[in-house]
Amino acid sequence: MQAESSQTKPRGRLGRDVQSKIGQQLRAMYDDVVSEGVPDRFTEMLRQLDETKDKGVGS
Amino acid sequence: MSNLTPALRDQMLSAVPSLRAFAISLSGNVDRADDLVQEALTRAIANIDSFQPGTNMSAWLFTILRNLFRSEYRKRRREVEDADGSYAESLKSHPEQSSNLEFKEFRVALDKLPAEQREALILIGASGFSYEEAAAICECAVGTIKSRVNRARTRLADLLAIESAEDFGPDHQTRAILSATGRR
Repeated sequence: MQAESSQTKPRGRLGRDVQSKIGQQLRAMYDDVVSEGVPDRFTEMLRQLDETKDKGVGS
Repeated sequence: MSNLTPALRDQMLSAVPSLRAFAISLSGNVDRADDLVQEALTRAIANIDSFQPGTNMSAWLFTILRNLFRSEYRKRRREVEDADGSYAESLKSHPEQSSNLEFKEFRVALDKLPAEQREALILIGASGFSYEEAAAICECAVGTIKSRVNRARTRLADLLAIESAEDFGPDHQTRAILSATGRR
């Protein structure tokens, strides 16, 4: 069978399609978390900081 | 004392979503990642004086978070190191994508990369930092980042090829089955 040898890809060299597929998957995975936005806990945290500052720490 | 202006605070807030995604990729656990983000923000606020206005707030926070993670990690001494697929596990809360076989395979493969390669690949390929910024965050040379990213990509391609041939999909398998049955 000749088909077998023509199918093997050269090693150590990435096809453009493979590269872009990796990029896509990577971004989709990452953006999945990014799309959750800022959890309340962090908005709270920074807001509280403002309040503490207004009151003055340790009076 | 610290001079956290509303503008700086807004910059911090807008960096949080990406910071979390990075933290998850480092720690492999959503809860720990959020604790890391909180610690990083606390430390950033305490050291806001050392932030250079006009420079990249996001890169600054990433550097802080990465350092925190590494010092904590050294203490815990590779507690999660052998937890193969920990990153994939941590992302199970996203059913719409976990159901996708390609995604699952990708995450498992990503987990198998050495931490430094995974980190470099994520900073460049997902967080959108330049090679220079990524090098500053990881405190290494630009060339080191480049080679880590290249090795990460090659390794990922290899790992994924094992499971599903060059096209990542189930097509290869389907084709193999079809040709094995010999009619068509």
